[in-house]
Amino acid sequence: MPEIRYVKAIADAIAEEMARDERVILLGEDVGAPGGTFGATRGLQQQFGAERVRDTPISETAIVGAAIGAAVNGLRPIVEIMFMDFIGTCWDQVVNQMAKMRYMFGGQVRLPLVLRTHTGAGLNAGPQHSGSLEAWAVHVPGLKVVMPSTPADVKGLLKSAIRDDNPVIVVENKTLYAMKGEVPAGEHLVPIGRAEVRREGKDVTVVALSRMVHEALKAAELLSKDGISAEVLDPRTLSPLDRDALLASLAKTGRLVIAHEAWGPCGFGAEIAAIAAEGAFRSLRAPVKRVTAPFTPVPFSPPMEKFWLPDAGKIAAAVREVCG
Amino acid sequence: MREPTREQGLAIYRMMQLIRRFEERVAECFAGGEIPGFIHLAVGQEAAPAAVCALLGPDDLVGATHRGHGQCLAKGAPPDRVMAELFGRATGACRGKGGSMHLCDMAHGVLGTNGVVGASLPIAVGTALASRVRGSGQVTAAFFGDGAANTGAAHEALNLASVWELPVVFVCENNLYAEFTPQSVHTKGGVIAERARGYGMRGLRVDGNDVPAVFAAAAEAVELARGGRGPTLIEAMTYRFRGHHEGDPMAYRQKAELEEWRAKDAIPRFRAWLGDRGWLAEAEAARLEAEVQAEVDAATEFARQSPWPAPEAALEDVYA
Repeated sequence: MPEIRYVKAIADAIAEEMARDERVILLGEDVGAPGGTFGATRGLQQQFGAERVRDTPISETAIVGAAIGAAVNGLRPIVEIMFMDFIGTCWDQVVNQMAKMRYMFGGQVRLPLVLRTHTGAGLNAGPQHSGSLEAWAVHVPGLKVVMPSTPADVKGLLKSAIRDDNPVIVVENKTLYAMKGEVPAGEHLVPIGRAEVRREGKDVTVVALSRMVHEALKAAELLSKDGISAEVLDPRTLSPLDRDALLASLAKTGRLVIAHEAWGPCGFGAEIAAIAAEGAFRSLRAPVKRVTAPFTPVPFSPPMEKFWLPDAGKIAAAVREVCG
Repeated sequence: MREPTREQGLAIYRMMQLIRRFEERVAECFAGGEIPGFIHLAVGQEAAPAAVCALLGPDDLVGATHRGHGQCLAKGAPPDRVMAELFGRATGACRGKGGSMHLCDMAHGVLGTNGVVGASLPIAVGTALASRVRGSGQVTAAFFGDGAANTGAAHEALNLASVWELPVVFVCENNLYAEFTPQSVHTKGGVIAERARGYGMRGLRVDGNDVPAVFAAAAEAVELARGGRGPTLIEAMTYRFRGHHEGDPMAYRQKAELEEWRAKDAIPRFRAWLGDRGWLAEAEAARLEAEVQAEVDAATEFARQSPWPAPEAALEDVYA
């Protein structure tokens, strides 16, 4: 299987879908000639032309609205919001227009559109370029939300998102862009709504999102030396969530640790914990534990940012607590 | 300067009458407790939607505002389905999910009224973008008000439409008030159409209660848009005779101002224009008005007789 970078997997997914379906277009700030701030759309404008791959003004409201209108009128647009921190500038278009349109119009419209964006601290980008706001989108009916953690998943989920007839928010992680991983050659689709067990275990389930999947895998390796067998579950799709996979894992392990980079209060971990309490109460043998960022903005300075970020050590400590 | 033909003129006049009678009936039904929620009526603002939509074809699109019943009717949405939606019935255009402020009829090119002021402009830019990429030849008319002109969404949309030279006709129905707040308080500079120059697009202000003036401006704008020559911003000066919403006591405006605008009511003015040309005799006008009244009566009865939606239908239509 070829090894490719996460960022290249994104470009490959878009290129394949644009070649497959001429209704797919791409809009965003610096996505065309410059190829994206992180190179995720490199070469696409050269390949598909400036009519279908469009650099836009810095007008998030207009470009998300344009994607909505284009979707209603027969295209399948992909729109990029450069950093998820900027999504507040166009939140009305996302929440009041994109998410509600099909419902409030009684099912008259389909909105086959993808909003790509990224989260994640670790590059010293500071408080306005490092946030993890995926829970905002998960809270809204009418949207689907995926959060791929590997090159194979970002390719497969992005392709599925482009083919979906609903708005899908694809939440990438900027610190994963350089990561290399195996991606199946040829057509590769990952279904929306299906979780993946990244490592099997029997003592504890660690549900981890995005880059924290890799920290959880490191933690599981550390814990195995102490005789603790941790199962790492990557939901991959946050909305609609694969509840069955979560409940099946909890039935086996009876313990739950949740790791994500977003803040704790009303973060996605709170939802996972609630589902565990509602659906797996009798399986649980220990209190649920969340590993999240502290409830502060993301600090800029490297030692503070490192302190702020959850990591394998913090996840392992939480697992030891619930397995103690 | 293009003028409406006899046929177009009569169709526009009929539509203005339909919108006026429809809106008056909505006011009665709302006051009588038959229509739930919030209602914003376009009484007094019939000219722009009727004249602009008379220039659009079935495949063209219209983005409407929260004061958008007239825009929906003018684009061809059936009055009975629109009325039933306002009543919240299962037979409504949106099966009771949307109501007055979220009223859509895609089959007739109505992209929806919109409960968020200014939000429909970027969406109209998007439909126009699709028209261009698909080569469909469609034109999108984006209606908005003087209040919406001050949203960031409007600014972003006007710029983007111009940068991409998209087939959009922006129609600002300037009724002098953003909700309860007069223009002197909310807009410096006065002429919204003058902003067009800053966006690199054509802009003009017209008397929005003068049908031939609106028609001429829109005819040119639609033709240029369809010919691939980009968007136009038309500012149509008009006035709403009723409140921002039904039940608004209108403490913020003077009786004299209302009277002044009543004298400029677009409907009798256009009727006189048609009469001057010998296109609308008294008897013909009376027949047409009776026909429109019957249509509104039938729409109201349709809404009244229609069933409520099943409560659990609330769970449908979230995802495709």
